[in-house]
Amino acid sequence: MKALTFTLIAEPPERLDLSPLTPERLAGLAKPDIAQIRIGLSKRASTVADVFRFAGNDTQDIVFDGGSTRFDRLGEGMTGGKIRVIGDVGAQLGRLMRGGAIVVEGKAGPHAGSGMRGGRIEIASNAGDHLGGPLAGELAGMNGGVLIVRGKAGAFAGDRMRRGMIAVLRGAGDHAGCRMIAGTIVIAGETGDMPGYLMRRGSILLDRKPAKLSPSFVESGAPDSVFTAVLDRHLIAEGILKRPLLGKAQHRFSGDNAVLGLGEIIFPR
Amino acid sequence: MPELNVNGVAIDDTYAEAFGMRATAIVITGPNRKWMRQAAASMTGFATSVIGCGCEAAVDAEIPPSETPDGRPGCRVMVFAVSSDELQKQLLNRVGQCVLTTPGSACFAGLEGPTQLKLGSALRYFGDGWQVSKKLGGRHFWRIPVMDGEFVCEATTGMTKEAVGGGNLLLLAQSSGKAMAAAEAAVAAIHHVPGAIMPFPGGVVRSGSKIGGKYKGVIASTNEAFAPTLRGVAKSQLGPDINAVLEIVIDGETSDAVAAAMKAGLEAVTDLGPGRGATRISAGNYGGKLGKFLYHLKDLLP
Repeated sequence: MKALTFTLIAEPPERLDLSPLTPERLAGLAKPDIAQIRIGLSKRASTVADVFRFAGNDTQDIVFDGGSTRFDRLGEGMTGGKIRVIGDVGAQLGRLMRGGAIVVEGKAGPHAGSGMRGGRIEIASNAGDHLGGPLAGELAGMNGGVLIVRGKAGAFAGDRMRRGMIAVLRGAGDHAGCRMIAGTIVIAGETGDMPGYLMRRGSILLDRKPAKLSPSFVESGAPDSVFTAVLDRHLIAEGILKRPLLGKAQHRFSGDNAVLGLGEIIFPR
Repeated sequence: MPELNVNGVAIDDTYAEAFGMRATAIVITGPNRKWMRQAAASMTGFATSVIGCGCEAAVDAEIPPSETPDGRPGCRVMVFAVSSDELQKQLLNRVGQCVLTTPGSACFAGLEGPTQLKLGSALRYFGDGWQVSKKLGGRHFWRIPVMDGEFVCEATTGMTKEAVGGGNLLLLAQSSGKAMAAAEAAVAAIHHVPGAIMPFPGGVVRSGSKIGGKYKGVIASTNEAFAPTLRGVAKSQLGPDINAVLEIVIDGETSDAVAAAMKAGLEAVTDLGPGRGATRISAGNYGGKLGKFLYHLKDLLP
């Protein structure tokens, strides 16, 4: 079987909702049915055939050849299979995803991995604000899975995160891990203001001292940590990092004491 | 009985009789080899026989730092018991009282299996609300704050129902020194067999037992057939040249592991020869009716 490949004909004339083009929603559909799926969000109402040429038949292995910042909701609710995007994507990449894998070879817009519960998303370049975070009005952000950004992430990365792991490899904007409920955020590179703002529990692991740490975090010792050793080895084994993030000795801060205060920010000493 | 003889060591045409058991394994790490071994020694202390200890436990193998989850020196400890409930109870008591308490230790799963036993998921309550759960790549760890930092403990470890307990070799020698030399050679060889442990002190038993006894309520009593001082008065298995008998008892993750361990032990003892070690090798059994697993010595010869 050959990967089902959607080749972008030209820059889309409107924002697209690509949530119908996931392995589970395309399974069993005939080519004419796929061609007629409406993906345009304006009154133009573009269909798949208006935007893409497509070929191949393996719906468990989907490739978008060519991307655009207008590709919204790509991989939404996915439970298995894989999607690869050769290009950029728009907002809400892999939202509410439960399984499978998405690889974006360009950059992603805001709310990438929003509320995801499982699976793995890897973004080769930058991601927008609210990485893994909830939409307005929702209570919980990311709830499982692995979300890797090899570029920079915008502000509020990991907002209201509860489970899973976010790894950002070239720095994050302000308030990374704000309102975290639990989970793990790894950031290599510069971090913006006040990481862990109002976090309750969870771990924010940095490769350097943050420029501006909230005063409601307190230093909580520098013991030899088995957890950091396990984590460093895990990150390297998973191919997320090439070198240890935290090394042999660390500083640890507990907070945010404006709320529950059971979270932690750890960085090398 | 046809006489089997390897390198001058007589091999009895008999078999070891062993039983199905439940087993689990954990990986203990420590800040250095000394304290890692200390945690393992405490945990496997008083774990020689299920008759009186509740379980049988020992170190299976040391693990180099490059292969442990946290990059520190480690070892794999195996625990055997007769039921899943007893195994669970012994595992938690021993890890909780001996590994948790050892400075700098950490504890990880050491066996994959369809059934899981609780480890950190029960010990976490020691954290009194300050414990932290971490899931990394499908593995679940608990971090429990303690006075020297944190005790990291994997949530569960696997259990196998394929385990076998009671594989054994009886080493018969002219003197206690020679019996000891033969036993030490066998123990050293069996240490290299993965998935097999020898739960008795230093891997060796000097008080081999039979089931029951003349006194009411006694579960096990001395095996007079192999006791040299009773050669003249009891129905003895010993010839006039035998003055000491030592036994190696082997528990294995699988029946194959027990067979491999017995084979390694037989090879080491026959290599040593009767001049320095044992003149005869036998095995303990109960007539073949009680145990599901029989290991005939003649099938395991080098």
